[in-house]
Amino acid sequence: MKNRTTVERKSARELVVTRTFNAPARIVFEAWTKPELLKRWWAPQSTGVSLLSCEADVRVGGRYRFEFGHEASKPMAFFGRYIEVTPHSRLVWTNDESDDGAVTTVTFEEQGGKTLLVMHELYPSKEALDAAVAGMEGAMPETFTQLDELLVTLGASVGRS
Amino acid sequence: MVQSFRSRFDASFAALSDATRRGVLEQLGRANASITDLAEKFHMTLTGMKKHVGVLERAGLVSTEKVGRVRTCKLGPRRLEEEAAWIERYRQLWDARFGELDKVVEELKRKEKVDGRKKRE
Repeated sequence: MKNRTTVERKSARELVVTRTFNAPARIVFEAWTKPELLKRWWAPQSTGVSLLSCEADVRVGGRYRFEFGHEASKPMAFFGRYIEVTPHSRLVWTNDESDDGAVTTVTFEEQGGKTLLVMHELYPSKEALDAAVAGMEGAMPETFTQLDELLVTLGASVGRS
Repeated sequence: MVQSFRSRFDASFAALSDATRRGVLEQLGRANASITDLAEKFHMTLTGMKKHVGVLERAGLVSTEKVGRVRTCKLGPRRLEEEAAWIERYRQLWDARFGELDKVVEELKRKEKVDGRKKRE
């Protein structure tokens, strides 16, 4: 049976994801730190996007870069740096796509041969997390611009009729 | 059903068509505020701001509560529903990833067992 995944907005700036795995922490940790293993689970088919490339140099100061997309010509990249790497128990990395990116901390806590994984994302501000929740980063003003344009068009067509 | 969706959609569309009202939503995204605060911030009369808040409230984008003499405005249920829906989609994404991760983990466990047996032999 599959274990449950939970997601909770803990505070204005924090999002927390939890999940238990039926394996010792060293194994779960390995799957998070070897690029050839990461690649196998980071972009599941149900998400509809495929992972074009996945590089991860899991050491303090090491960089990672994941590229997703429907077409290789227009990839969407996620990248940053590992700032803490404690074997089998803790990983911290930055999300450097924008100034509003979170700092992600993943802890692996072993108990009775199982591992409780907690992924904690801390955003620089409430607005940054709100923007993430609202859709894509910075998508709001753009949506409103489109809405404005649409309203102008609608207004113009009403005026004509 | 279709009618109610339509009228709800029209209400939020109309509510969002005004720059001040969009500003009010942005402002309330940062912190709750009284109508007086909002009127000051947007250089408007109390009556003018009350009208804007009324439009946002009818669209479900803002909710208000009167405590004593002060009416406090906050983001309404529609906004909260959107957040809940986003969190659920995010949960599904991670749940799907972790489903695949389970497979990788099972494979590593099996491998470890086999390697362990080899070492003992």
